[in-house]
Amino acid sequence: MATIKLKVNRQAHTIECASTTLLVEALRDHLRLTGTHVGCDTSQCGACTVHVDGKSVKSCTMLAAEADGTEVTTIEGLATGGELHPMQAAFREHHGLQCGFCTPGMIMSATDLCKRVPDPSEHEVRHWLEGNLCRCTGYHNIVKAVRAGAAGMRGGK
Amino acid sequence: MTTNQGIGAAVLRKEDRRFLMGKGQYVDDMVLPNQTYAAFVRSMYAHAKIRRVDTTAALAAPGVVAVFTGDDIAADGLGGLPCGWLIKNKDGSPMVEPAHPALAQGKVRHVGDPVAMVIATSKAEARAAVGLVEIDYDVLPAIGLLADGVKPGAVLVHDEAKGNLCYDWHIGDPAATDAAFAKAAHVVELDLTNNRLAPNPIEPRAAIGVYDIAADHHTLYTTSQNPHVIRLLMGAFTLHVPEHKLRVVAPDVGGGFGSKIFHYAEELMVTWAAKKVGRPVKWTADRSEAFMSDAHGRDHISHARLALDAGGKILGLQVSTLANLGAYLSTFGSSVPTYLYATLLSGPYDMPTIYAEVKAVFTNTVPVDAYRGAGRPEAAYLLERLMDKAARQLGVDRIELRRRNLIRPEQFPYQTAVALQYDTGNYQATLELALKQIDHASYDQRKAESAKRGKLRGFGISTYIEACGIAPSAIAGALGARAGLYEAATVRVNPTGSVTIFTGTHSHGQGHETTFAQIVADKLGMPVDNVDVVHGDTDRILFGMGTYGSRSAAVGGSALIKALDKVIDKGKKIAAHLLEASAGDIEFKDGTYRVIGTDKVKAFGEIAFTAYVPHNYPIETLEPGLEESAYYDPKNFTYPGGCHLVEVEIDPETGVPEVVEVAIADDVGTIINPMIVDGQAHGGLAQGIGQALYEEVRYDAEGQLTNGSFMDYCMPRAADLPNFKVGNHVTACTHNPLGVKGVGECGAIGVPPAVINAIIDALTPLGVTDISMPATPEKIWRAIQAAKANKGA
Repeated sequence: MATIKLKVNRQAHTIECASTTLLVEALRDHLRLTGTHVGCDTSQCGACTVHVDGKSVKSCTMLAAEADGTEVTTIEGLATGGELHPMQAAFREHHGLQCGFCTPGMIMSATDLCKRVPDPSEHEVRHWLEGNLCRCTGYHNIVKAVRAGAAGMRGGK
Repeated sequence: MTTNQGIGAAVLRKEDRRFLMGKGQYVDDMVLPNQTYAAFVRSMYAHAKIRRVDTTAALAAPGVVAVFTGDDIAADGLGGLPCGWLIKNKDGSPMVEPAHPALAQGKVRHVGDPVAMVIATSKAEARAAVGLVEIDYDVLPAIGLLADGVKPGAVLVHDEAKGNLCYDWHIGDPAATDAAFAKAAHVVELDLTNNRLAPNPIEPRAAIGVYDIAADHHTLYTTSQNPHVIRLLMGAFTLHVPEHKLRVVAPDVGGGFGSKIFHYAEELMVTWAAKKVGRPVKWTADRSEAFMSDAHGRDHISHARLALDAGGKILGLQVSTLANLGAYLSTFGSSVPTYLYATLLSGPYDMPTIYAEVKAVFTNTVPVDAYRGAGRPEAAYLLERLMDKAARQLGVDRIELRRRNLIRPEQFPYQTAVALQYDTGNYQATLELALKQIDHASYDQRKAESAKRGKLRGFGISTYIEACGIAPSAIAGALGARAGLYEAATVRVNPTGSVTIFTGTHSHGQGHETTFAQIVADKLGMPVDNVDVVHGDTDRILFGMGTYGSRSAAVGGSALIKALDKVIDKGKKIAAHLLEASAGDIEFKDGTYRVIGTDKVKAFGEIAFTAYVPHNYPIETLEPGLEESAYYDPKNFTYPGGCHLVEVEIDPETGVPEVVEVAIADDVGTIINPMIVDGQAHGGLAQGIGQALYEEVRYDAEGQLTNGSFMDYCMPRAADLPNFKVGNHVTACTHNPLGVKGVGECGAIGVPPAVINAIIDALTPLGVTDISMPATPEKIWRAIQAAKANKGA
């Protein structure tokens, strides 16, 4: 067993779990933050993407114990109050989601991109998102949404 | 306020907020008090006799609550998983329907066939105990590949299916077709494989069974596209409980694409086991489990012949197809290679005569059933590859050959030689629109520019049609469907005038909570925010057949229109009473009842309130309340169609293809929400390009699944695809009240042949004449080398 202290969405938590528990399992099963999804067993789909100390990470590739002492942000921590984050708003505005299952991972990955590259080109967006699979949208509207979300984030909203 | 949210408006989706905030409720997100976790022991062999199953060690493992085997479900009389569509052989005899037990009994028939179910207090304990179930197998030779299944002396997957045939079926007029070929100036022949695909919605399947001992009542939460169908099948065939004792809920579902239509063993098992162990039982597939238990799609081998006259007019078509059904009949598996495939072989073309034969084959692989398009992509691929080959053989331009053969607008309604009657369309208009969208006039410049960069550019075309809006029940019944395929809707007007609608269709990405609200907004003259759409729960919705076959708007939307009309009519009677007029003199428009030609009006909200607070009400002739239900059974299928154009660039040194342009023009009928319609087309195109370039489930000859993970099964990612140019030319469906045809599947149907035709076009100067799907760089590179060697020889 392991005892892990970390902050998730600005709240401090102590989690008691098996040392083999993955970060995604700690988030979903221990903290009931089920917006972070699991779509594969091989770190291919990216549905579980969260931020660990500000960087996007596939939470199925990381043990919960490795997240000890970190600050984690999940999709639930992105909106402030009831107001959508600019990237969330852009996904809605540009129909960048259909079934919604890959969406949290897409958004967490995209917000990290836009922190690194404030005005990404279409090419940069498409290549950055290669770790996130979507089966519904054909990516067309996701790419539009990410570029619009980048503009929203630059606007400081 | 109202006009910009009705039919035709690009309203932003009502359902988005919960998904964007991580607040969706998918089955795996649910945790029920005292729940247990199930894991399945699955066969590692493609074909084996089960000599013995020993659960002793597993039962003794930490946390294990129960272990069940095929013997346990047999003892309880659980029924096998049924097939919903009876196909008849050429001689009129019924297809072979081998038993499909939820846990294998005596034999396993594919890798992943479930043998035992372990239930434990945690997921980890359940999975650990799976390895402790001891099974003695006698491994048998297996049929891993479709073509091997019909070889003389092939091992039998089921003893009762001789030659591994489920059925040997045909459609069309063989004599007339022979006569057409006898007088043909040209005969074009082609052998084709339609590659086997995994639907792979990103959400894996999951199910939770709950049993209430006090009420003797079962609840199943499941990742389904059609919860009422699952309840129907479980009630009547598998679990054998009356429907009022079984509630099936499909909450948020993370994509389906067909694979979540079917009644699966796991959802039956968790429901049954919850009663056995007296606790909720939850199961969630991992991805490798999904690859070996979700139904796959496609997997055809065909030989096709096209007869044309000297002028390039089609005289007839002959098709012979082998279709892989996998190890067992899945829920709709038998209908896909017959009535969803061969009936579409006329395509958008005026084709005087057709004869098609289909042999459906059992193999030691996962069952094959409907996947986005389901039969129609196989038909479109066959026809469009043939049309391109015919154009090359006759020396006619590919676009021109299609123009000569497309059904003309004045020929509608058009009776095909394979049972269907197309009601309307304008294939010339979609062809011209697509050509304009891709700027085909300047194609040669782009080709020259590609050549400067050392790339081979190719142009590919496909003109296609599909049959959607499944289904007119009488026609479907005559063709072997064992259920009606109508749809149901309820409109509940709340006392202060907001509306809750209940639909038997299910949204798992399609955006029904928005588009169905738009239909209400349009009819009742209210904002979409005043409308709530309920779906996916058999306890809340009276009935329904779910969502597949691009049926939700055409069938479910039509049921909704009928229910809305009833609401409006009842409201007229209430308004007539309040306005002291005759109901015949009341009109309803923009949310207001009016005595025609006067300024005497009542708002819809006032009528609703009067209906529920009937102080001043025609109580002797009219019941209080304002809630109406309707069923709608379509008169015909709908026939979306269009033209898909693709340009590819190929690196001749490496064989790497890149799809650089995609422009499509579809006719999906009336468009309710253009933003959602375009999104549906985009998603279909990605899966269609996936089939053409990347995707293939590979079994080896012994039936081992060799690429059952996202590491090994290649799907398109963002960097693999271009932007899509999507256009529409609308001809309204003539037989449903909305004029809608359906959009969910078009991309997956039209684009695969366009991609392959573009690749062959690019490689034609090198002497390449054929390439199969998926057209991987290796295949293309080898085709180029072979063509070079041929030229050298």
